[in-house]
Amino acid sequence: MLKIDGLKVNYGGIEAVKGISIDVPERQIVTLIGANGAGKSTTLRAIAGLVKPAAGRIHLQGEDITGLSPDHIVSRGITLVPEGRRVFPDLTVLENLKIGAYLRNDSLEDDLKWVYDLFPRLKERSWQAAGTLSGGEQQMLAVGRALMSRPKIMMMDEPSLGLAPLVVKGIFDIIKEINKQGVTILLIEQNANMALRVADTAYVLETGRLTMTGTGDELLHNEAVKKAYLG
Amino acid sequence: MEYIISILLSGISVGGQYALIAIGYTMVYGILRLINFAHGDVFMVAGLMGIYLSASMPLYVAIPMVIVLTAILAFFIERAAYKPLRSAPRMSVMISAIGVSYLLQNMATYITGAQPMTYPTIPGLSDTVQIAGTPTKWAVLLTPVLVAVLVVALTVLINKTKVGMAMRAVSKDFETAQLMGIKINTVISVTFVIGSVLAAVGSILYFTNYSAVTPTIGALPGLKAFVAAVFGGIGSIPGAVIGAFIIGICETVIKGLPSAWDVSVFSDAFTFALLVIVLVFKPTGLFGEKATDKV
Ligand SMILES: Nc1ncnc2c1ncn2[C@@H]1O[C@H](COP(=O)(O)OP(=O)(O)OP(=O)(O)O)[C@@H](O)[C@H]1O
Ligand SMILES: [Mg+2]
Repeated sequence: MLKIDGLKVNYGGIEAVKGISIDVPERQIVTLIGANGAGKSTTLRAIAGLVKPAAGRIHLQGEDITGLSPDHIVSRGITLVPEGRRVFPDLTVLENLKIGAYLRNDSLEDDLKWVYDLFPRLKERSWQAAGTLSGGEQQMLAVGRALMSRPKIMMMDEPSLGLAPLVVKGIFDIIKEINKQGVTILLIEQNANMALRVADTAYVLETGRLTMTGTGDELLHNEAVKKAYLG
Repeated sequence: MEYIISILLSGISVGGQYALIAIGYTMVYGILRLINFAHGDVFMVAGLMGIYLSASMPLYVAIPMVIVLTAILAFFIERAAYKPLRSAPRMSVMISAIGVSYLLQNMATYITGAQPMTYPTIPGLSDTVQIAGTPTKWAVLLTPVLVAVLVVALTVLINKTKVGMAMRAVSKDFETAQLMGIKINTVISVTFVIGSVLAAVGSILYFTNYSAVTPTIGALPGLKAFVAAVFGGIGSIPGAVIGAFIIGICETVIKGLPSAWDVSVFSDAFTFALLVIVLVFKPTGLFGEKATDKV
């Protein structure tokens, strides 16, 4: 569904991503794991249109979407839940959800219901300013906001960052549930253990290069991965 | 008593004119963190356009034209002078703004030959009525009403509409706003257009009272409106409006003090003293955000 070929991204003179190829099949959960600074966020930012790739192509269902601006990427059905959640703190929970559907002009009722069913907590707090939510609630909101664009693919940048283990488990349950309902997931994690458990396909990224790939299970039991990422 | 009423009326009117300019400063700051030094000069250009257009067409055409052309001018200034510097350090954008300010002043000098130009008399606005025994221009009475209507409309736009929601999002986080599909350049353009439309309306009211337009005339009301915006807490629209009324009224009261005291010449200095005092005790202004940015 989403095909990345030889993607390179530079920041100034520094090559952050050095030519990687990733395949995200429809309805799968694909994960990209790697240490700090490996280039995981940069990869997602390039797909989302926030940074222009220096080389390589990105195709969505056969269409070349390389270098399109973020609004075109969103309208084609790719959404990004950014690192650190980045909810709009002064907007209410409901406004944050509505802004996730910014490019749509049809009725949002069904989608609001969908998001509120996934995250009943958000419904209770729909009039609260998003900045006053707890970290876990903000992560739910960031995911809900992304779903409001009715994505084909949801990319998630370290959704477990800074959350308590129980909350992380809740988030991963929701990721599986969203995936079951038909949304393809491209997930980045430092929490490799959790990510590999839910992933159909997994890639390991080291300083801008892919070093390993396989099913989630395979990598979970791979000695090198165990040593480097599973402690 | 009558004297006091007339001073207060004129203070409210001056404050309203500053408010219309101050909103432009505060909105642009809110979204770009930029002090748009060219804003006062856009106000001056709106004044000049009022003069030239009204000379060649009826006022009911000329006035809407002034507003539309001012908006177009502000749009192009943003696209040409600020947009290319979107990821440059803020200091560069500020220098660009100062450059635009001088460019507009120099062009005005070139076109007018540095002669003060007389603003047209606008029937209705320039007519006087007797309020508590003092003759008062309609413009003076109309200003606070118009400011109130425009501020309410703007508040509704920002809080209730989709584009308003986008403006609030962009002012907090460019990148995440883009991830929502918001075209930030469009939203920034809308902000400049709104600010300049209000400044154009302000110019009509202002020059109906002061009548002469010179190339540098935008500087002082522009600076005072800027002070008003900082006083109210830059980035906050209600803050800018309240700040503008306070400055307008204080200034007019000082000008109106008994001439034996000989303080009226200090009314401008007062404005800046007020700014310094506010910044000492409340660096973020009356309604400012917590985080302060160094200008
Ligand atoms: N805006 C930027 N300007 C310059 N260099 C950048 C920028 N963003 C990232 N980098 C550099 O690119 C490299 C990859 O960064 P990236 O954020 O993609 O890593 P990451 O894998 O997401 O790491 P983390 O797990 O810490 O989030 C790093 O060396 C980083 O310093
Ligand atoms: Mg990252």
